[in-house]
Amino acid sequence: MLRNKVAGHVLALVTTVLLGGLLSATLVRLAPGFDVDEQELDPHLSAASVQALRDARSQDRNIFRFYLSYMNRLVHGDLGTSLSLSQPVRTLLRERAPTTLRLLIFGLAMAWAAALALALSAARLRLAGYDAAGTLLSGTLLCLPAAVLALLSVLWNVPGSLAIGLVVFPRVYRYARNLLAKSYAQPYIVMARAKGLGEARILFWHVLPGIAPQLLALGGVSISMAIGAAIPVEALCGLAGIGQLAWQAALARDLPLLVNITILVTLVTLLANSGADVIGQMIRGQES
Amino acid sequence: MKRTRARTLAAAVIALNLFTTHVLAQSGGELRFCLRMEPKTFDPLKVEDEASAAIRYLTGGTLVRINRQTQELEPELALAWKVSKDGRQINFRLRSGVVFSDGTPFSAADVAYTVQQLMDPGLHSPTGDAFRSGTGGVETKVISPTQISIIFPAPVAELDRLFDQVAILSQHSPKRELAVLGPFMLADYKPGASVLLKRNPNYWKTDERGRKLPYLDSIQMDIQPNRDVEMLRFKRGELDLINSLDSEYFDKLESTSPQVAHDAGPSLDSEQLWFNEVAKAPIPDYKKAWFRSADFRRAISEAINREDLSRIVYHGHAQPAAGPFSPSNKFWFNGKLKPLAYDSDAALKALQGAGFRLENGTLKDKAGNAVVFSIITNAGSKPRERMAVLIQDDLQKIGIHVNVVTLDFPSLIERMTQSFDYEAIILGLTNVDLDPNGEMNVWLSSAENHQWNPQQKTPETTWEAEIDRLMRTQASAIDPRKRKEAFDRVQEIVVEEEPFIFLINKNSLSAVSTRVHGAVPVILSPQTFWNAERLTVSQ
Amino acid sequence: MNLWQKAACAFLLVVVCAAAAANWLAPTGYAKQDREAISAEPSRAHWLGTDELGRDRFARVLYGTRISLFLAPAAALLSTLMAALIGGLSGYLGGIWAKGAMAVTDLFMSLPWLFLLITARALMPLNVSPLFSVVVTFLLLGLLGWSAAARVLCTAAGSLRSSDFVRQARASGVRGARLFWIHVLPNLKPVLFAQFWISIPVFILTEANLGVLGLGVSEPMPSWGSLLRELEGLVSIGEEPWKFASLVLLVLVVMSFQLLLARQEEIAF
Repeated sequence: MLRNKVAGHVLALVTTVLLGGLLSATLVRLAPGFDVDEQELDPHLSAASVQALRDARSQDRNIFRFYLSYMNRLVHGDLGTSLSLSQPVRTLLRERAPTTLRLLIFGLAMAWAAALALALSAARLRLAGYDAAGTLLSGTLLCLPAAVLALLSVLWNVPGSLAIGLVVFPRVYRYARNLLAKSYAQPYIVMARAKGLGEARILFWHVLPGIAPQLLALGGVSISMAIGAAIPVEALCGLAGIGQLAWQAALARDLPLLVNITILVTLVTLLANSGADVIGQMIRGQES
Repeated sequence: MKRTRARTLAAAVIALNLFTTHVLAQSGGELRFCLRMEPKTFDPLKVEDEASAAIRYLTGGTLVRINRQTQELEPELALAWKVSKDGRQINFRLRSGVVFSDGTPFSAADVAYTVQQLMDPGLHSPTGDAFRSGTGGVETKVISPTQISIIFPAPVAELDRLFDQVAILSQHSPKRELAVLGPFMLADYKPGASVLLKRNPNYWKTDERGRKLPYLDSIQMDIQPNRDVEMLRFKRGELDLINSLDSEYFDKLESTSPQVAHDAGPSLDSEQLWFNEVAKAPIPDYKKAWFRSADFRRAISEAINREDLSRIVYHGHAQPAAGPFSPSNKFWFNGKLKPLAYDSDAALKALQGAGFRLENGTLKDKAGNAVVFSIITNAGSKPRERMAVLIQDDLQKIGIHVNVVTLDFPSLIERMTQSFDYEAIILGLTNVDLDPNGEMNVWLSSAENHQWNPQQKTPETTWEAEIDRLMRTQASAIDPRKRKEAFDRVQEIVVEEEPFIFLINKNSLSAVSTRVHGAVPVILSPQTFWNAERLTVSQ
Repeated sequence: MNLWQKAACAFLLVVVCAAAAANWLAPTGYAKQDREAISAEPSRAHWLGTDELGRDRFARVLYGTRISLFLAPAAALLSTLMAALIGGLSGYLGGIWAKGAMAVTDLFMSLPWLFLLITARALMPLNVSPLFSVVVTFLLLGLLGWSAAARVLCTAAGSLRSSDFVRQARASGVRGARLFWIHVLPNLKPVLFAQFWISIPVFILTEANLGVLGLGVSEPMPSWGSLLRELEGLVSIGEEPWKFASLVLLVLVVMSFQLLLARQEEIAF
């Protein structure tokens, strides 16, 4: 039974991921500028060379054929070759993954630590001034473009993960603060406090389990936010990660690279969110 | 007694320090700067983009070199050369005793090999295509290890100068294109992050005192597309030079440290506005009629305030353009041409003479259509966006309403070269060479880069037919005066008919830190490190 | 309403009225180029100085407020409603609905929407009014920006489904749409309001970034986003603090919204 269930989940996962790849390929294909190359504008190139450039780009024109051949190669572990960088996609991703992972892990850790600390204290203290200060901080950070945050991190010589943390922090803080505030206002929490239960006990045994599924869902979602923020931060801080690669690929309409990156991001997102769901359900199951 | 000895000792120590510092400053150091994009290739024959070209310049050994400062052709690996009267053949006498960076000996066979590779019809590179003036293969005759004769199927204009771009490859070396003859060689490449070049220990060149070149130990090039970050790093001392600087940054640098900012004068680059004159373009017919009318184009050109464009967008580090070539291209620029003076009233009169009329502040054509069109340009270029807004304001004064649309580059190119779904566009031409022959594909009406109306089967106007004839004349003539006469006339026709409305020529701006010794910023690329082999960096 | 909320309300009212009265308040039009006073410091003629094309910054902030203050909250509302429907409803229904909707949401979050936006620009004619182009931009943002909140809402609604008071309501005979509307949806308010409040500045900034694709507001019309892009030349901003005016205004407006909504976020029943 369990094996069937797991198999079902895996199948759903794989189907969704592959569908994501196909959809992203279609989006890229339909967007204008798909099969043009900047090099065409070089007046030194002869007519034959320009035609050769155009022919090279047009072979990916039929999106279904491209995707079928891509999946065929995927089965053999070959992810294709990047059009703009002329290197195998697999090598590119492998080289850059550690940088992005480091960035995301540290950035998310910082964001969550700061957000939870601030949200918890705000929900507990219930001081209008403290809450307003937290709102001001997160509000200001939300209003700063990611590009400016990345530039600031270069200016102050701090790692790019701080910029990621600063981008994710206000979003997580706001949700977390609202969830915690609502939770603390519940009658049974008030009663528990009146009965003399310690703060730590209330927090870990009553408040957090109640909102854990939502916090976990938020956790899954924050991974997507961090991935989105990684693109401008890596590009501006000069970090050779997957975000920078994604931006270059988007500018160059590099189909093989974009499809692979989308599949990777979809996979990570699905795993993160499914994981959050599963753990959330377990906690909820424990509760009832 | 003791004091004198102590003083002598102190003097000796100081002298030794100064001497060592001097010697150390003269030899070694690492030059650091940024590349604006990832280099696409390390194969010198396939170079298409600026980053790869920079690496080729520093690592490749060429037979001849255009001195970026004097613009004269100088011998490099070739001691002497002779171009035949018909312009088809070139004979080189090569240096002997030269080896590649890995020790493989250099000889005429390597030159023959390189040329054959370059002229392979399957190669499709700008370097190779520049030699392709006619169909047919190239013939290479190795007369001796130091003598070679190369015969092309058709005459090639400025044949000797084209070899400045050809880095010689080794025929036999197991390292293939990584075995180089230039002052530096590739030591490390981190994709997306940086390129490191180290001194080539086998470089043949020595300075006047017999010391081996280059002086530098290494060159570190980081890949950084963002100009704000590049500027920041330069100010912090992490970079030694910025090869091409935006005018805003130039002014900021000049106010704080003037000895660091360099303005080498007008560059060869131009910025231009042109209208879509393609017959099958998906734009309304009445707009096509406007754009195809030379009177309309001339009036628009006259209604644009080029002085303001130079002053406001480029902070004075640009000049109004007088035509396709910049005055700093001393030989080829037609000295009789002057930039069109701004005269809004005259422009309006000219338009009224052509059948347009001003009604309630809006200009309308004969049929009553309000003159409204869009100008597209590439987002990411702040100067072009600003020029578009200034032009929008200029044309508003004569009742023309302009919509400014900034697009990402691939979308822009698609509209420009495939769908022809645009009305007017502002773009620039980056000219790397002085010779107009490099722009054949822009001026020939049948060519792809004849942007306002490319790939015409037969010239659609008499003046375009005339330009075709003149360009073919200059391509096949050998006498430089005859060539100049033909191209002078091309420039005059372009200014009369305004297919490209040339806006400004921007100056070549760069930043060089005071740690770098020997740098002389010029207008030809690479502006700041063209003499990299003689630069030193003190720490 | 407490003092803070009254202040926030008053502030927003002032801003809205100033934006509406821009024609009278602004010293010049937002497109008027004073070509002799480029990047000028604040003076009597130009209260916040001029930008790099000589246009009065105060006028541009006022007119930009019209665009951003109206359109960004409208787009935020749209994305919040979509998140509520897709996330909240599927979580409430549970089972295969929740699973399917969440798979779609995860997919949605991962796709490169950049290309849809580029295609949208390509489908629009080149000669559209700046207002049309910016309205389309915010509409697209609203339609694309719901996925993160939908996920959290789905989980929240799922928890509520099995909560005591919902069971009690169901036992009392409340069913279906009424149950969702009256009992479940109000309890999703914390997440909904957080989503709304976050989306406003995010959309304003995204609109600015979409200028790269030809979407967003087109010259010479200003928006807060396009004004914020002035801050990107950060290296020298310390000497020109008046450039921060648009940022300060944005932060204050966002905070005011938050203060006004604060009570709604906390009262869950």
